[in-house]
Amino acid sequence: MFQGYVLSLAIWVPIAFGIAVLAIGNDRAPAPARWTALAGSVAGFLVCVPLWTGFQPTAEMQFVEMGSWIPRFNVSYHLGVDGIAMPLILLNSLMTVLVVIAHWEVVTEKVGQYLAAFLIMSGLINGTFAALDAILFYVFFEAMLIPMFLIIGVWGGPNRVYAAVKFFLYTLLGSLLMLASFIYLYYQTNGSFEILDFHALSLPMGAQILIFLAMFTSFAVKVPMWPVHTWLPDAHVEAPTGGSVILAAITLKIGGYGFLRFNLPIAPDASHYLSGFMIALSLIAVVYIGLVALVQADMKKLIAYSSIAHMGFVTLGFFIFTADGMLGGIVQMISHGFVSAALFLCVGVLYDRVHSRQISDYGGVANTMPVFAAFFVLFAMANSGLPGTSGFVGEFLVILGTMKVSFWFTFLAATTLITGAAYTLWMIKRVVYGAVANEKVAKLQDVNGRELTFLLILAAAVLALGVYPKPLADVANPSIQKLLQHVGQSKIG
Amino acid sequence: MTTATFSYATIAPALPEIVLLALAGALLVADLYLRGGEERHATYGLAQGALAIAAIVTLGQMGGPSQVTLHGMYVSDLLGQVLKVATLVTVMATLAMSRTYLRLRGLLTGEFLSLALFGTLGMMVMISAHHFLTLYLGLELMALSQYAMVALERDSARATEAAMKYFVLGALASGLLLYGMSMIYGATGSLELTRIADSIEHGDSHAMLGVFGLVFVVCGIAFKLGAAPFHMWIPDVYHGAATPTTLYIGAAPKLAALGFILRLLANGLQGMTGDWQQMLVVLAVASLLVGNVVAIAQSNLKRMLAYSTISHMGFMALGIIAGDDTGYGAALFYGLSYMLMTLGSFGAILLLSRAGFEAENIDDFRGLNQKSKWYAFMMLIVMFSLAGIPPTVGFFAKLVVLQAVLDAGYTWLVVYAVLLSVVGAFYYLRIVRLMYMEAPAAEISVDPHPGTGWVLSAAGLATLVLGILPAPLLDLCVRAIAASM
Repeated sequence: MFQGYVLSLAIWVPIAFGIAVLAIGNDRAPAPARWTALAGSVAGFLVCVPLWTGFQPTAEMQFVEMGSWIPRFNVSYHLGVDGIAMPLILLNSLMTVLVVIAHWEVVTEKVGQYLAAFLIMSGLINGTFAALDAILFYVFFEAMLIPMFLIIGVWGGPNRVYAAVKFFLYTLLGSLLMLASFIYLYYQTNGSFEILDFHALSLPMGAQILIFLAMFTSFAVKVPMWPVHTWLPDAHVEAPTGGSVILAAITLKIGGYGFLRFNLPIAPDASHYLSGFMIALSLIAVVYIGLVALVQADMKKLIAYSSIAHMGFVTLGFFIFTADGMLGGIVQMISHGFVSAALFLCVGVLYDRVHSRQISDYGGVANTMPVFAAFFVLFAMANSGLPGTSGFVGEFLVILGTMKVSFWFTFLAATTLITGAAYTLWMIKRVVYGAVANEKVAKLQDVNGRELTFLLILAAAVLALGVYPKPLADVANPSIQKLLQHVGQSKIG
Repeated sequence: MTTATFSYATIAPALPEIVLLALAGALLVADLYLRGGEERHATYGLAQGALAIAAIVTLGQMGGPSQVTLHGMYVSDLLGQVLKVATLVTVMATLAMSRTYLRLRGLLTGEFLSLALFGTLGMMVMISAHHFLTLYLGLELMALSQYAMVALERDSARATEAAMKYFVLGALASGLLLYGMSMIYGATGSLELTRIADSIEHGDSHAMLGVFGLVFVVCGIAFKLGAAPFHMWIPDVYHGAATPTTLYIGAAPKLAALGFILRLLANGLQGMTGDWQQMLVVLAVASLLVGNVVAIAQSNLKRMLAYSTISHMGFMALGIIAGDDTGYGAALFYGLSYMLMTLGSFGAILLLSRAGFEAENIDDFRGLNQKSKWYAFMMLIVMFSLAGIPPTVGFFAKLVVLQAVLDAGYTWLVVYAVLLSVVGAFYYLRIVRLMYMEAPAAEISVDPHPGTGWVLSAAGLATLVLGILPAPLLDLCVRAIAASM
């Protein structure tokens, strides 16, 4: 019945619930706001389910909606998804449910505003993935900054304000340059803001390089790529658990998505021309940031650096221009969404009990929290790319794709199998195993039903994607083929 | 033209001004006899009523044909009507917001209200002027009322100093403007805008003298607008004047100045577009730099908003630099959205001020979210709108201006404006940060005066709604420009 409006519902249902939560939020009696938020996030997820069930495995844009918005400048409310965007929308809607479950006993201050910020952001992120009009995309893309800024700055740790402002300004600089390139493209297409028209446009090499760099600034900050990654560890460490989950699982993916939707198809020649540069930055992220992660004393910081390294794999996969690499990048994005979210939630579980994120404050957690330890170890294995978990599929495909291009790239990329395992498992060894380190650890209570719920959902997702990734590959493959074919054709002339 | 006809048909287009003049005069007399106590119900009601009636009369004229009347002195067109309605509504909102603040400080007098009305009349005359003489007449009526309004708080040394600075520099600017006008008169042989345009177009004018005159005129305009490097008076006057006066000076006159620029540069001197474009580029570049960078160092909110005004006027000037209908439409849209944001930001200062306490330091906004979620949220919308973040109207204002500038071929200006917008975002964020991320300041309490609260909420919501649905306003701006050119 609502087939024609699935994407609109995916965007506006969470936002509407967010506004309702904002209105009924009350710190003395937070229960109504909490239940409304849970209802909103579940409803937001359910309206996205038709996207999966009704998706046709072709490269065409589906669930298209078209409405006039600002006729004077040909800006339209144009929505649609292909096999690249659709899984990301589902991932986002699922994560929102988990974040709402995870906050329950943990956040006690300004609960209504906290939940409203997440719900509104969830809708905006869905809009970012679904927008087919450049200005519409930009509005969602930028508006997202407002709730994220507040989430980090209001509910974060001691240095939250610095982190929030850094996050905001870094992102704003990149996106304004992207906006300038949108306006340029608007005139080149004789007055269209349609992203698909941008794809079809012929451009000289010089213009392509400038557009590529403008958009690169925007998306590289989001991914984040070395050397503009420095906001991420700050933001992650200071953000509340839910904020870290959404940051790592979703907002980083917007950077990767941006490369696929904008950089590659709009400036294919520049993408080829600059691919060496992109691969170099990606490999630096994989190798160097991996080593940086090794020496972190703070668990959240360690996972944050590990995120940068994993996202390096994603951009590497995109810029070697092979089908395996690109599929690997996409699978890696989804997998990293689950795994990093799970790891941040695990750290959150520990932090709520001990109020420390330092590795040195723990030891022997397995003795007091056996169930939790099992999950934590599973997610750590996934993070280091163990076969059978989702982390393996993406990394393996990217390495496979890279092998077709260059042995040395492959060699460098493959070092992650060692460093990734090293930093993750070494953290596990120090936190989970060994003798009980101190009294606080001795008094730990194992996970309760609420925590078990989100850990189980994530564990199921990680294993399912690891053992049987075919459904995801089937959805994404036609779009990847089309994109590769498009990128293979020169636009000059 | 030759026969002196003076019928209702010739003066009818000027009806809004005539009505406002009559009512303002009536108010001046009536105030002597009316007793409204401290609240001055009757005088205040009369003032708001006069503005409302003038606005309704103007609205009634909308949709009529453009016409020049009163021997070429006065023009009535959609551009003028849109600007006049916006001006009148802004002044009404200003008065509604300021009422309690003024009463608590003994400033809610008949003088204040009638000066406000006469100043508004001056703005309306400026907007509808089609002749240098009318332009100047309107400008001076507005400016003199404003000097007096700043000086009205006569026991305050700061206000007196501000009034003095404002008057001396303002008089200088008027002198520059008059001098420039006289040179243009010398070069073209006319004071009427259409004839000046004809004369330049047909090459009958003395080009060198005309450009000299233009330099002085642009300097005068830049002063009134507050564009760098003629911005020195803005921070001092904004800071020194009582907040309602600051709001009065900071909001509506910018629309009048925009009308003035559009009439003078875009209509009268369009033949010299290449010349004034270069001058405006310098003004815009300097304003964006000074406004955004110096604002970072301010600890007083009124001074910060003063520098923010300078940067926004620079941005608005960018639209005019584009030099075509798209650009003028963008500038108009920018001006109208800036009105909303000005009302919102100064409204917040008025909201937090009480008897004996001025909430004008940035630190006074500390922890506002804990005191009042709603007003903190309104202020958040306004601040993000000033920074140009969607989904607020400030984003679309910036977008349409950048679009026009890029179309005119000034790519470097676009990149420059974009980079300074990031600098600008930093100090708007600071307000949001203080409101949401800091513990509240002890002395702040929010018990909004009804007028202030309502208008502030309306401005905040309008900023958001127009940010989501900007099409109708954008359309109106484009039509207004098309009708006037």
